[in-house]
Amino acid sequence: MAAAVRAIGSLGRLPAAARAGPTRHTPPRGYACRNISTSSALQNRTHVSCDIKGDVAVVRFNTPNSKVNTLSKQLSAEFTDVMNEIWANEAVKSAVLISSKPGSFIAGADLNMLEACKTAQEVTQLSQDGQKMLEKIEHSPKPVVAAISGSCLGGGLEVAIACHYRVATKDRKTVLGTPEVLLGLLPGAGGTQRLPKMVGLPAAFDMMLTGRNIRADRAKKMGLVDQLVEPLGPGVKTPEARTIEYLEEVAIGFARGLANKTVSAKRSRGLMQRLTDYAMALPFVRQQVYKTVESKVQKQTKGLYPAPLKIIEVVKTGLDQGNDAGYLIEAQSFGQLAVTKESKALMGLYHGQVHCKKNKFGTPQKEVKTLAVLGAGLMGAGIAQVSVDKGIKTILKDTTQKGLDRGQQQVYKGLNSKVKKKSLTSFERDSILSNLMGQLDYKGFEKADMVIEAVFEDINVKHKVLKEVEAVIPAHCIFASNTSALPISQIAAVSKRPEKVIGMHYFSPVDKMQLLEIITTDKTSQDTAASAVAVGLKQGKVVIVVKDGPGFYTTRCLGPMLSEVVRVLQEGVDPKKVDAISTAFGFPVGAATLIDEVGVDVATHVAEDLGKAFGPRFGGGSIDLFKLMVQKGFLGRKAGKGFYVYQEGVKNRSVNSGMDEILEKFRVPANPDVCSDEDIQMRLVTRFVNEAAMCLQEGILSNPVEGDIGAVFGLGFPPCLGGPFRFADSYGARQLVDKLRKYEAVYGSQFTPCQLLLDHANSPSKKFHQ
Amino acid sequence: MSSMLSSALRNLPVSSAWAAGAFTRSLSCSSPFQAAAQPKTKKTLGKTGVKNVVVVEGVRIPFLQSGTTYADLMPHDLARAALQGLLTRTSVPRDVVDYIVYGTVIQEVKTSNVAREAALGAGFSDKTPAHTVTMACISSNQAMTTGVGMIAAGQCDVVVAGGVELMSDVPIRHSRKMRKTMLTLNRAKTLGQKLSLISKIRPDYFAPELPAVAEFSTSETMGHSADRLAAAFGISRLEQDEYALRSHSLAKKAQDEGLLQDVVPFKVPGKDTVTKDNGIRPSSLEQMGKLKPAFVKPYGTVTAANSSFLTDGASAMLIMSEEKALAMGYKPKAYLRDFVYVSQDPKDQLLLGPTYATPKVLEKAGLTLSDIDVFEFHEAFAGQILANLKAMDSDWFAQNYMGRKAKVGAPPLDKFNTWGGSLSLGHPFGATGCRLVITAAHRLKKEGGQYGLVAACAAGGQGHAMIVELYPQ
Repeated sequence: MAAAVRAIGSLGRLPAAARAGPTRHTPPRGYACRNISTSSALQNRTHVSCDIKGDVAVVRFNTPNSKVNTLSKQLSAEFTDVMNEIWANEAVKSAVLISSKPGSFIAGADLNMLEACKTAQEVTQLSQDGQKMLEKIEHSPKPVVAAISGSCLGGGLEVAIACHYRVATKDRKTVLGTPEVLLGLLPGAGGTQRLPKMVGLPAAFDMMLTGRNIRADRAKKMGLVDQLVEPLGPGVKTPEARTIEYLEEVAIGFARGLANKTVSAKRSRGLMQRLTDYAMALPFVRQQVYKTVESKVQKQTKGLYPAPLKIIEVVKTGLDQGNDAGYLIEAQSFGQLAVTKESKALMGLYHGQVHCKKNKFGTPQKEVKTLAVLGAGLMGAGIAQVSVDKGIKTILKDTTQKGLDRGQQQVYKGLNSKVKKKSLTSFERDSILSNLMGQLDYKGFEKADMVIEAVFEDINVKHKVLKEVEAVIPAHCIFASNTSALPISQIAAVSKRPEKVIGMHYFSPVDKMQLLEIITTDKTSQDTAASAVAVGLKQGKVVIVVKDGPGFYTTRCLGPMLSEVVRVLQEGVDPKKVDAISTAFGFPVGAATLIDEVGVDVATHVAEDLGKAFGPRFGGGSIDLFKLMVQKGFLGRKAGKGFYVYQEGVKNRSVNSGMDEILEKFRVPANPDVCSDEDIQMRLVTRFVNEAAMCLQEGILSNPVEGDIGAVFGLGFPPCLGGPFRFADSYGARQLVDKLRKYEAVYGSQFTPCQLLLDHANSPSKKFHQ
Repeated sequence: MSSMLSSALRNLPVSSAWAAGAFTRSLSCSSPFQAAAQPKTKKTLGKTGVKNVVVVEGVRIPFLQSGTTYADLMPHDLARAALQGLLTRTSVPRDVVDYIVYGTVIQEVKTSNVAREAALGAGFSDKTPAHTVTMACISSNQAMTTGVGMIAAGQCDVVVAGGVELMSDVPIRHSRKMRKTMLTLNRAKTLGQKLSLISKIRPDYFAPELPAVAEFSTSETMGHSADRLAAAFGISRLEQDEYALRSHSLAKKAQDEGLLQDVVPFKVPGKDTVTKDNGIRPSSLEQMGKLKPAFVKPYGTVTAANSSFLTDGASAMLIMSEEKALAMGYKPKAYLRDFVYVSQDPKDQLLLGPTYATPKVLEKAGLTLSDIDVFEFHEAFAGQILANLKAMDSDWFAQNYMGRKAKVGAPPLDKFNTWGGSLSLGHPFGATGCRLVITAAHRLKKEGGQYGLVAACAAGGQGHAMIVELYPQ
């Protein structure tokens, strides 16, 4: 089905925030005594160091054994010590804050530190400590300049905006942002109070509510940074080393200038900005803004995410009642949010994502430098697009010139839209496209390191292609199948070298969807798996690796849920209502719309296959309804008609009236005991969760983390619930089983809970996530 | 007549000596440094089976800051003046010239083959073909080496090469949308069609497209790249200002001492005769220090004072096979020997062409840096020259970016651009290469050296270097 789940809202880009590397937990230094600066010479600092260059102190952050710096207790304590020394040292007139790591200024707060807190009060205390420290920096008599290179996110950004001046490297790695909302939190170290004053209310809301990353040049335009430093090329050192050195030199220059008043920290504001600021100073204008933003947030989150609403409230309090009230509510809300189940779910996803960005199979013997993609359809071209822009030479092969042209145009269009958004130059686009070779024959396949087939989902076609390809590829070349349901071992059955055959299930649209599901068979070699994961990671994907079986993991979980959707529709609930109920539960795309997106023909195909494999467990809805839809040409979005009518340029799509007759034909009576909105939601979700648990039980999934990631990033399982396994934990396995039993009584065996769920239900201490 | 004979005779034994030289050359390493004024006894660089190509004469009209005396002329007028100057200097019979090649960068669309237009206007034979080449700041180098190639291949005996640039006037275009409308308008048949096209014109159609000295691939202006390059090599503002001051001071001295013999006077219609370059302005470090950075604002190091300025000018050079020159009774100034073109990353190494080209051309010629008596490097920016000197002196750079075992070494400053350079004399993009070569030849003669090395960087991340050998006196 090449599951066409559309962008999963805000979770589309869970932050690159916070730590990526392992955190070493050093015993926390007492917070109480940290303001009393002890003799520095004897201290052995590991996270923060300080050089005095003339009259400027250069403070360097460097979290040991980690790719990024995080605001851990240790780092904060050492930072405070260093700052106290600077304030006490009369020879120092100003300070520069910089990282020793070119790729990361400070990537955010240490999540482990937050997660170790038992109560909201503990977290509030952390927030207040942070607030106090940054307030001291803001009011420092000696100017402090933040020299930003690499990620400056969350707490890192709050440090930066507490400084008097900001200089940032203008490269791709340098991003600024407040991704806390994506973790169900809010900026808790004064960020909610300082940001609106710095960039204006609308921009501050945008940053805090979307958590989006802002690149340095945009940050300069917004007034978030004061100066940009262009990255340097090679000199007598590496570009990275020299660039950060240069950034430091420039920042020192500005620090000195601020200290001797030759540089002013005041920014010249444009007319528009001055007008906006003036308007925002008027209470009734502000009220309007709050109202608009609030209703927008309500609409998008359905009230399922508490963080955005808190952010609005906190900002509002600060602006209307002053700093003290603002700081207080910020710290309190931060504490409250940190212990919500939504925040725990989102943080779980974050950790899961980090987990799924690692190659557990190790480094492959041979790097894939040349990739061949068979089939230039939506999927094939999408795979090609995310490969060429990572520098992989990619052959895109199709059987017809028309199909190939369409595919090549798709790649061009995808890249060109980045040019329009200015994230790519036209020159870069052209040189990326030079990695793409469109062709109709197997020329050059003798050099391919991997072939990914994205041809029609038919076992005979797949077999034909596999045989053709194996005749032309070199011995080391891997054959990967981008299938969403056909078992890989079945495809590999005709292979001469089944150890080189693997499944790579991409999700559509490939350039937007983050998930890649890799499927290994019993015969797939470790090195083949390592290579496939390496390619996926290079393509920027979050990778889960599952065992082979009908529908693998993702398709298999979706199957029962979609079957239940059909059942619900048959019971007379109209598609709009089905969509409303499912989005209200937190699904980014309504269930009926989802079928249209996937394609009714594809869904039929998959439902039939899985139905054969799993029997009544995939029953519920009538597959004949789908078949009739296919017959009538209601194939979904791609055909312009499915449950809805899709028209170019028409935003509010209407229900396809042609469906009335079909739905009427398959109408079954509804049992009012199990047809409340909540029941319908639970019927969909329990079947999903039950099937996911069964995948874990059967060893299709190797762990619940990958199960959660696959469900959220591939299928749009509500991110606020953290995935089926985290949901089972938080909702309670007992309660889930009770629901399943209730529906089982009405509908039959498709609701029978699996053994693993029953085990969990019977021993309440058992959790999928400890 | 007698001189022609004697030189023809002399030619024979010498060429066999070259043959021997070709074998020993690759073995010899650096010969001990000799005092500049002493006559050289080093081997000559001729190769067996390859014709010797000589420079008979090279001239240029005074290089002027754009917007000054040449402001109302067209590019081919400047080229014409240089060509006429060459004719006057050499009295070469017009019909002897087999071919004319010119280099230019910003093309005047009316005279896109400026070589041909200038040659016709300068009174060359209309039977002499001419073409124009472009390779950014090394366009006239390309013109010269094109000529060298034609002569060495035996296709021509006498070639005039040169270059021209007029920055006082550059083509400013209508926007693409406007151009498209205007072109479609040409094809519109009825009044209604025309009116409907005209009605589509919007105010933004009138925004002009200005040419910029920017890379197409990176959209970065050259000055900006130079500032980053200087920063990458840690070159301070003061060092750059000092180097620029040196260039101006040396140029002034050379001008005052009459060493810039390549300059030919140019009577500009309606104005006085121009006899001197007008961009030489030795200032003081204090005054230069007051300028604000021109590209990386507000903290960069490249300023108007330590960059080459926009210049109008043209150059022309008469090159011949050695036999032909001698047969015609000329006393050549220099041999044009090995040359290379290089290219590298147009973003971060845009202006490092000389660093890449220098070791390559030395290797090709079997020389080392210490064999070179005279260095003539194109000075695009003071920071660029200093960065190149540092790069050439860095083993790290040689190993990590050039794939070489060791650095080539930095040229000693006492042999380097001692008559000024592009920073002070000016830099008409298309014309500078010929100035470098003829200046090297003149300096070799004046200073008693034998080998000169000419090198230049160019937009697009390209570079060029050539060995110039003094013609035996």
